[in-house]
Amino acid sequence: MPETGRTLAPPPAGRAAETVPEAEACHAADADLAALTLRLGDDALVLGQRLCQWITRAPTIEEDLALSNIALDLVGHARALLARSGQLDGTGRSEDDLAFGRPDREFRNALLTELPNGDFAVTMARQLAHTHYAVLLYEALAGGSDRELAAFAARAAKETAFHRRHADLWTVRLGLGTEESTRRMRAGLEQVWPYTAELFDEDDVSDRLVAAGVLPPLAALRTAWEASVAAVLDRAGLTVPAPSWQGRGGRQGLHTEAFGPLIAEMQSVRRQFPGGTW
Amino acid sequence: MASTAPRLDAARVRARVEAVPDPELPVITLGDLGVVRAVTTAADGTLTVELTPTFLGCPALPAITAAVQDVLEECGHPDGRVRQVLAPAWSTDRITPEGRAKLAAHGIAPPSPAGAASGPVRVDLGVPCPHCGSRATRPHSSFGPTRCQSMLRCTACRETFPTITAI
Repeated sequence: MPETGRTLAPPPAGRAAETVPEAEACHAADADLAALTLRLGDDALVLGQRLCQWITRAPTIEEDLALSNIALDLVGHARALLARSGQLDGTGRSEDDLAFGRPDREFRNALLTELPNGDFAVTMARQLAHTHYAVLLYEALAGGSDRELAAFAARAAKETAFHRRHADLWTVRLGLGTEESTRRMRAGLEQVWPYTAELFDEDDVSDRLVAAGVLPPLAALRTAWEASVAAVLDRAGLTVPAPSWQGRGGRQGLHTEAFGPLIAEMQSVRRQFPGGTW
Repeated sequence: MASTAPRLDAARVRARVEAVPDPELPVITLGDLGVVRAVTTAADGTLTVELTPTFLGCPALPAITAAVQDVLEECGHPDGRVRQVLAPAWSTDRITPEGRAKLAAHGIAPPSPAGAASGPVRVDLGVPCPHCGSRATRPHSSFGPTRCQSMLRCTACRETFPTITAI
């Protein structure tokens, strides 16, 4: 994984840029905000790690660059979100502690983000679903009441909008391409769509954050997301898959079978060389 | 850590920080790029440099931070601080006219004005080719050699060239 291995040990004093301004006031323990930043940080980290698995295996060299650049952004988002979560939950854990030191049952990413890459169309279907969600969510969080999260989200919204454009272009290209590409894109959508509902699940944490003005109402976010993806699928000559079963559990730490190997690979260096630095 | 350099004031430190070359695009400086937000002096004389990252996952950030910290030491401020400021977010619109000229001279087409994060996707037609000047160019790949670049192709001279992606 790019970058994250670099800071296994704390950087020399005075070298690391402090993240984000007005920090001190915001670092009091806040369990709900800690949970939200953990969920979003895990979404970004796990999806970024999945996308890294395309490197050297993408259909073209341009796609190798595209998917690794998107993964790099996501890992960047994860670093900021996990660092904040470790401050807010009162444990003082660093981004690396959270990324490399937790067992799978403590990860809170939505199942969508951990789904195996499948063929290229499956990955693009997953990207379509996630990027439209991420842009809408970050745009809403940018107007939220937590200033530090809002500043991060304003930036992340611009980056994920770029990822969304990539997903949109491929969805249309595959949807309007050959008989085979259309078939595969349709199959990809059918495969990932049951996992989209979990993104909008409400619970006590989200209810309190909505009431506090940090998080937008998730039902409204879902309505906006549905319209947003439907417009792209329409341009691609495709349709939103019919409602079927719904996969969920990631937000509670209950993951799919494919998650263990992904996390094991990501954490392998840290496990072999605990506390190692280079 | 003991520094014998005279302590320069904030304005002069800012000029030195802005002259630091970008590690990934050394033809332009941090000042050209528009990532230096402020250099301020606290009541006790401590200097703080505020930087805005171009991209949150930009791999050059640690190198930039270290380079700025070195400049602070050279300017007599070994206790100076480097902070990241995320809001307002960096945009390619912050690249200075000098920075744009240097990029073009280096074969990297300067960015067109950035659009909003949402809404219709802009199609950037007509970015002039840095090699032959033709505007008959078209997108080749949305992602390029660094996170902030994408690739275009000139249909006149058939060269593929990078541009700074408007964001």
